Amino acid sequence: MRNQSLFYRTLLILGLTASAIVYLVPTFVTDLPQFWKDYLPSHRIHLGLDLQGGTHLVMTVDVQKALENSLDHNVEELKRELKEAKIGITAAERKDTSIQVRVNNSERNQFTDLVKERFPNLTIENSSTEDDTANIQLVFSKREEQHLRESALDQSLETIRNRIDQFGVSEPIIQREGSQDILIQLPGIQDPQRAKDLIGRTAVLEFKVLSEVPDPEEYLSGKKPLPPGTEILSGAEADRTGGRSQTPKYLAEAKTLMTGDVISDALVRPATQLEGPYVALELNARGGKQFEDLTGANVGRRLAIILDNKVYSAPVIRERISGGRASITGNFDIKEARDLAIVLRAGALPAPVRVAEERTVGPSLGKDSIRQGITSFVVGGSLVIIFMLVYYKFAGVLADMALIFNILFLMAVLTAMQATLTLPGIAGIVLTIGMAVDANVLINERIREELRLGKTARAAIDAGYKRALPAILDTNTNSFLAGLILFQFGTGAVRGFAITLCIGLVSSVFTAVVCTRVVYDYLLTYRRLQNVSV
Amino acid sequence: MENTKFREIIKPGTNFDFIRFWLVALVISWVLIAIGIGSFIYHGGPNYGIDFSGGVMVHLRFSKPQSIGDIRAGLSTVGLGDSTIQDFGAGSTEYLVRLPVEASETKGISETLTQALATKFGKESFEVLRIELVGPRVGKELRQRAVLAVAFATLLMGAYIWFRFELRFGVGAAIALVHDVLIAAGALSLVNYEIDLTVVAGLLTVVGFSVHDTVIVCDRIRENMRKSRRDSMATIINRSINETLSRTVLTTGTAILVVLSLFFLGGNVIRSFAFTLLVGFVIGTYSSIYIASPIVLWMDPSRGRRNR
Repeated sequence: MRNQSLFYRTLLILGLTASAIVYLVPTFVTDLPQFWKDYLPSHRIHLGLDLQGGTHLVMTVDVQKALENSLDHNVEELKRELKEAKIGITAAERKDTSIQVRVNNSERNQFTDLVKERFPNLTIENSSTEDDTANIQLVFSKREEQHLRESALDQSLETIRNRIDQFGVSEPIIQREGSQDILIQLPGIQDPQRAKDLIGRTAVLEFKVLSEVPDPEEYLSGKKPLPPGTEILSGAEADRTGGRSQTPKYLAEAKTLMTGDVISDALVRPATQLEGPYVALELNARGGKQFEDLTGANVGRRLAIILDNKVYSAPVIRERISGGRASITGNFDIKEARDLAIVLRAGALPAPVRVAEERTVGPSLGKDSIRQGITSFVVGGSLVIIFMLVYYKFAGVLADMALIFNILFLMAVLTAMQATLTLPGIAGIVLTIGMAVDANVLINERIREELRLGKTARAAIDAGYKRALPAILDTNTNSFLAGLILFQFGTGAVRGFAITLCIGLVSSVFTAVVCTRVVYDYLLTYRRLQNVSV
Repeated sequence: MENTKFREIIKPGTNFDFIRFWLVALVISWVLIAIGIGSFIYHGGPNYGIDFSGGVMVHLRFSKPQSIGDIRAGLSTVGLGDSTIQDFGAGSTEYLVRLPVEASETKGISETLTQALATKFGKESFEVLRIELVGPRVGKELRQRAVLAVAFATLLMGAYIWFRFELRFGVGAAIALVHDVLIAAGALSLVNYEIDLTVVAGLLTVVGFSVHDTVIVCDRIRENMRKSRRDSMATIINRSINETLSRTVLTTGTAILVVLSLFFLGGNVIRSFAFTLLVGFVIGTYSSIYIASPIVLWMDPSRGRRNR
């Protein structure tokens, strides 16, 4: 009976050990033979950003802004529809995330009918009457609002993913988190600032014409009130000329003639002797047509090319431009031109994004962390191993053997699960060493107690394992539960700690209880063990 | 039986009257907690790291030692002269520069900071080891989650012990845990370590680990209660603590060995975490003997009938 079970247990341990070694080989052997890559697991242990260096970002999408933009469109539409239906309104404007309309009481019913029929996405929030006008407040219906929020987030995610793909980072992670955040992990990145600029740029491209009023300076300096339908725009900063250059200001007509969504491709053209690098745009069919019309209608006027409300250039339109090509020149170096091309290709973000959380670790700190982690692992481990040997003699040898198996299994499971090893994760492994021998301490102390009562070696060992087991399971279950809570609460690095802690607990119970027992059983059965040394 | 054949730290037959000293222990505990609270008041509340308070932290390493004054001078050229600059050991070559939460909303703030230092010290003379930026919303969320996690873990441990033993054991364990977390947090405040995510992870680990000793003691109390029905509860608890003392000392001892190694060799990024564990483990062992056990005794339903 005991022999058979002993045989199976030994087999189990050998099997587990073999597979653990198979999983760990790729991490420690650099060039694997071909057959290994074909048939066996070949991924290495995955290092977290805090160990290999890199940037972890949480970007918040300004969903509110996306809602406001969408409402603005609705206000324009509403005005148009009302004009067509000949309903007179005294005012219609957006206030935060609602539209305020003032309409004559006599036309109130017509108005509400029109909204119901033409704008199913809007609902009337409340209305009040004063004298003979009605104040009506329109908001997005709950469903529409939810839909807009979702799509703003999804579009942002998609756009950011496109930009990062073109930026060229190996193994980036980009995912939604909660109702307004996007989590981005960029391993091993050298220039986090550039990445942040690239991700955070809204990249709304607009084409407008400059106003043709005589002496615009008067308006720009604020001496005269702005003519209706115009706005003041500032130029992109041109600080490269040295000294303190003034940012130029432009008086432009507020109407947007074309936007960046018609771009099919954007390419960087290298610098020539006459000018610096510039970005050549290729427009799709619709954009080509639009561009042809707008240049044809405005020959001789200046066209402002505006990115995120900054005028990059304002060339004079010499003739109607067909063929669907445009270009953006400006004062940029090749790197900026390349990034500009990336954001134009990937498209604009539906709403502005902000950095809500950033954790960047330089490569040298990561290397230090690994080194220090390994040092404390080796020293801590050696101390525990030596202590157990001295204190428990032969039983200590068994406990140490269990400890080594434990670490082997722990690392193998981490690799097999493709979990991420972080600095707190390494700390978790070191801590596991200190906790793993606890089970053996409980067993050995119990064996000693039984021996003191005068039991034989076999009886003492049996009783020791049997009676220590409940406490071992209880203590480890408790730590495991704490580990689960940690995993729920934690982010990035702390999660790595929780994972190693939990795996370490399971594997330490197995190694301390099952593996050491196999040795005792073997000795008791085949070596007629009479005296235990604990 | 000759008992010399075992190497022992705690000799069998040790019979220290623990229960007699519970009043002393109670005073010690309250004093420790009071010191912690006093330290909180002195430092103006808990010293939150940027994980919880929000803000920007830049960890720098200079190629040769620099002074705080020089760094501040470099930063004041871009209006960041009022930032907190902390010498991070390593012979005055490593520094932590911290900016308040408002700065986290500023675009490109960390670049502005490193630019200013590059102008002052030269681009090649230092490197940026770490940048951490946490916006106010994220900080608030993390704070709430941390408090919830620690509270939930404590309750869960208590509930588990209640389920495995009896209600009074669970209550004792939970109160002992609250005591441990309070004292560990106080100790952190006393040495002025920042409370960040990893420290909270440390506190949660302490919560999980502290229960170990409580379980071992409770397990033995239950066993002895079955064995000797005639003895008073106090005697049983005392005997149980004495019988399990060597286990308690050893299990905590090995854990403390590795934590010490982490503390001294694991580098300064992980130091506050190791410190939390160190204090927590020691206090956790003490509290399972001196906080959890007396509560089990006081809540003994047959207390009136048994004479001490």
